[in-house]
Amino acid sequence: MRAFIVAVFAFLYLPIALVVLFSLNAGRHASELTGFSTQWYGKALANPFLVEALKNSLFIATTSALLAAVFGTAAALGLARVNIRTRTIFDALLGAAIVVPGVVIGISTLVALVQLFAVVNPFVASIWPGSTPPRLALGYGSIVAAHGLFSMALVSMIVRTRLGSLDRNLVEASSDLYATPLTTFHSIVLPQIMPAILAGFLLAFTFSFDDFIIAFFVAGAQTTLPIYVFASIRRGITPEINAIATIVLCASVLMVVFAQLLLRKTKPSH
Amino acid sequence: MHGSAFRHKLLTVLLLAPATVWLVVFLVLPFVAIVVFSVGERAPEGGYQAAFTMAQYANLPARATAFWNTLILAPVGAFACLLVAYPVAYYLALRAPERWRLILLALIVIPFWTSLLMRTYAWMYILGGRGIPALLSYIGIEDLRLINTPGAVLLGIVYGYLPLMILPIYVSLERLDRRLLEASADLGAKPLSTFVGVTLRLSLPGVMTGLSLVMILLLGEYLIPSLLGGGKVFFIGNALVDLFLQSRNWPFGSAIAVTLVFVSVVVLIIANRVSTRFSGARQVDLI
Repeated sequence: MRAFIVAVFAFLYLPIALVVLFSLNAGRHASELTGFSTQWYGKALANPFLVEALKNSLFIATTSALLAAVFGTAAALGLARVNIRTRTIFDALLGAAIVVPGVVIGISTLVALVQLFAVVNPFVASIWPGSTPPRLALGYGSIVAAHGLFSMALVSMIVRTRLGSLDRNLVEASSDLYATPLTTFHSIVLPQIMPAILAGFLLAFTFSFDDFIIAFFVAGAQTTLPIYVFASIRRGITPEINAIATIVLCASVLMVVFAQLLLRKTKPSH
Repeated sequence: MHGSAFRHKLLTVLLLAPATVWLVVFLVLPFVAIVVFSVGERAPEGGYQAAFTMAQYANLPARATAFWNTLILAPVGAFACLLVAYPVAYYLALRAPERWRLILLALIVIPFWTSLLMRTYAWMYILGGRGIPALLSYIGIEDLRLINTPGAVLLGIVYGYLPLMILPIYVSLERLDRRLLEASADLGAKPLSTFVGVTLRLSLPGVMTGLSLVMILLLGEYLIPSLLGGGKVFFIGNALVDLFLQSRNWPFGSAIAVTLVFVSVVVLIIANRVSTRFSGARQVDLI
């Protein structure tokens, strides 16, 4: 049994370790282990298309995770105040936002937005006083919205779990001592749910930063890092990709470890 | 009093408003849109033309290969995951030393939250012509082809979705009342019959949650078959990318997407039925 467990952990981590190892290899291929070098990192970061894709991904991940953290937390707080029927409807919709395959989310968002733009753009053009009316198009906005859907459902799930184990005595004590609801929220509830909100934010950021398939459909003319990497893998594997993969993997591992630490703190029994 | 009840209600509405708008505009309406498209016709220049016809659904057999590949490899992949995942979850929940448990668990969760693209790429690199086959040629094994085979896709599936299978099984095993195991042994049951009659039976809800989650995600998988299967192992996800982004047959693609959602719902219902027959509580901790 021990041997099997060790083998499974090796299976999970060896491929990642190999990519990191070969990103530091001076040779071009796995069969040419010719020595240590950081040249592929330099080459990757000197590539303007790649840097542009990286900036786009960072912007989209930050925006969608921020929106998700705010709206998801609001939804979690709101759902603690409604009757069971309303809650069931929201549970079903939030569950669907998490479970529906990314490829379907991507396609349906693409279809809906293209139809919407086909109606809105001519209308705006007809009432616009100037000569160059604004045109809605696929891009940053549509990726942020589509990523935000999953992320918001995720944040609300995490925050609701935390709200469930909140110390009610403190809340009651606070209002017994004539604190206003806002003061109670600010000084009792918010500090207790903050780690869960932060963890939700980090996981939402990681999700958006790593997502390929949803962005692939709704990105329009924009390129995110996963889209860029996918396209360059299609053109042929180069050691540069190992370097990018290593950077991305390290970044996500850091995020997830941090999120895990925050969530440990939120679980009082552990 | 009346005013405070009104304020209470107003605040609830305000808290839920952004989430409601988001869910309606980016989940419900888009789904309605693809249902409408799926009963429409393809415009001559590509795109959509309004109609009410079942022609797109009747045409589904045109993509039969993608459906077969997905409907065979998704369950096979999910069960392969299960075979590897169960012993790991069992060890973590019932055998691992206390102080190692949380660290080992975190080591399982971390890969799940790191880029599937990058992790699949790692295998592409390892299985590709310059990876293992090149190393094997040093010891005289020539012309071994690993990548672009169904086996490579299956390997990628197990690699990608193993964490998602381990977690729900771990949760159900961890909750297991250990006194039941002792009782079973005290009453003279052999270890194997204790395992089958108590452990396996009581962890079935976790097993079903894992199987259904992995299977649903695999039904919509695109990256693994396209990177590790080359052009040869085609999934529904690949057919959808082709229909929406290359050949631009949106109504037909919508019909496939609606069918995909339908199949996912059927998988969920079956899994739910099976697990509620055995025990009540089901909960997954993905984080």
